[in-house]
Amino acid sequence: MSGTQNILEVSDLKVHFPIAGGGKVYAVDGISFALPPGVAFGLVGESGSGKTTAALACARLNDITAGTIRLNGQDITRIEGEALKAARRDVQVVFQDPYASLNPRERAGAIVRRPLDLLKVGTPAERAARVDELFALVGLRPDQKELFPHQFSGGQRQRIGVARALASRPRLIICDEPVSALDVAIQAQILNLLARLKQDLGLSYLFISHDLAVVQHLCDRIAVMYLGQIVETGSRRQIFTRPSHPYTHALISAVPSPHAIGGASSRIRLMGDPPSPISPPSGCRFAGRCAHAQDRCRQAAPPLADTGEGHAVACHRANDPEVVAAREALIRAAPSG
Amino acid sequence: MTATSTTPASAPEAVSPGRQAWRMFRQNHSALFGLAIIALIVLASVFGPYVYTVPPREMVWMPLTPPGESEYLLGTDYLGRDLLAGLINGGRVTLTVGLSAAVLTVLIGITVGALAGFFGGRVDDVLMRITEFFQVLPNLLFAMVVVMLFSPSLLNIAVAIGVVSWTSTARLTRAEFMRLREMEFVKAERSIGAGNARLIWRVILPNAAPPLIVVAALSIGTAILFEAGLSFLGLSDPNATSWGRMIGDNRPYILDSSWGVTFPGLCIFLTVLAISLVGDGLNDAFNPKLRQR
Repeated sequence: MSGTQNILEVSDLKVHFPIAGGGKVYAVDGISFALPPGVAFGLVGESGSGKTTAALACARLNDITAGTIRLNGQDITRIEGEALKAARRDVQVVFQDPYASLNPRERAGAIVRRPLDLLKVGTPAERAARVDELFALVGLRPDQKELFPHQFSGGQRQRIGVARALASRPRLIICDEPVSALDVAIQAQILNLLARLKQDLGLSYLFISHDLAVVQHLCDRIAVMYLGQIVETGSRRQIFTRPSHPYTHALISAVPSPHAIGGASSRIRLMGDPPSPISPPSGCRFAGRCAHAQDRCRQAAPPLADTGEGHAVACHRANDPEVVAAREALIRAAPSG
Repeated sequence: MTATSTTPASAPEAVSPGRQAWRMFRQNHSALFGLAIIALIVLASVFGPYVYTVPPREMVWMPLTPPGESEYLLGTDYLGRDLLAGLINGGRVTLTVGLSAAVLTVLIGITVGALAGFFGGRVDDVLMRITEFFQVLPNLLFAMVVVMLFSPSLLNIAVAIGVVSWTSTARLTRAEFMRLREMEFVKAERSIGAGNARLIWRVILPNAAPPLIVVAALSIGTAILFEAGLSFLGLSDPNATSWGRMIGDNRPYILDSSWGVTFPGLCIFLTVLAISLVGDGLNDAFNPKLRQR
């Protein structure tokens, strides 16, 4: 296995959920991306954009309608049984809500040990030692192993969640909005923990968030999702200094920033709600809310086109002077990135 | 108990959800009272026959003797049998049938409900149609038919009661499973390699347990009432005398000896009341909203 092989390769992934009375929810509708080793890949978008569905599909926690997912080069889209268990050792999940993701009837130590038992990692004696090691790694005391989840704070619970995800020594961790349920002060602690673990253990992250500030802090590459599709993807620098899709503009202008005080007029306000994922529009899915939309946007869906250096945008007017001018105004208003 | 939450957690003490519930239950006086009554009745039924050795099925005195007029404290029935001995020995039969019927109710109900709620879709459709079929049958009539088709032995009576009363447990279990299967800790458990069997029985079921324990407790009371009803109608094991059977036997003489039906009736009433009190107490004890105080 070469060191340059992608940890995760998703191609044309589709996850459709049937709904009662016929019809489908097109939650994830044809997304592709690749995750090189040691990279934190941010998947951002608003609620309902399909980012969590896509991420959980990568951990084989959703039924996959079409497309392929490769983990370390192995196609894991349809594997079952022992093969799936073996794959699970290499990809683990940190869930969104630490109040819901820990079994309330199990002790913290048992929760962290469970993946070792179920995925048959090491001998029983090694597993006990590994649990102690994991508790230390995420900053918990060994005497807290006997406690139940309700005896921990939100931040401590998320540390337990991180320890459980790390137990089987996975190379890829899928973080599903791991800090959105936490207080801001605690968010920073958990983000710093994740950053440190990535460094020390050489982990790769698929990081789901609706909060660009969080993604900016942790991620090397970013993909922006809208209504089940990726509308823009690039490096952190590309996304924050040359955001090319009008939707990305809106997301970036929504990041609270101390520079923006008094400059509220520069904020892009999106009107209305995203269209229904049950019957997505035929043209560009963002056209209905886009300030720059033209007739052709409503008629034909723009392909995700590479503009060079791995920066890809799905917008007919990405290089149009009007859209570029909007970007310049945005970057001037918020000198971050 | 004042300072446990304020002192720094130098030596944290593990508090399991079960222990939390027991703390709540302990403060509930009516539930404790119910528990005491149940303990008394169980002790009397289990050990009573060895202490009070009057044979329950033999004529020991003049028939229809009122309470307090002989050495037989609660009087005698229409065949001159000692009522107290009947109650003590009948308790065994009543409790055994009630308990085994409740166990059967809960086993069938939880299995059907768990599979329907966990798998959903077609499995759910099929199992729920079966559940509805049993729901619309008139319970008493169906149980009577079952008992009459087979012989009225204790086992058959317990089975008949169990077979007609599992539907509400199944529906409750299904609802709990549908709620819990979407929880993140179930997804988490799947992501660390748990299969369906583990998810159903080891992960979701323990978390669905609180309401099911309440229902299980209450279903013992229901089963005892059901058994009494069947016995009253004459569908009882001819070799075993339950409280319900005693009421049924003494019914024709109710005008001459009210005590013949009053005492077994009282026993049934007390038992079912106590079970209800305990059930309510459990319900409160498992309610996280009441736990904060």
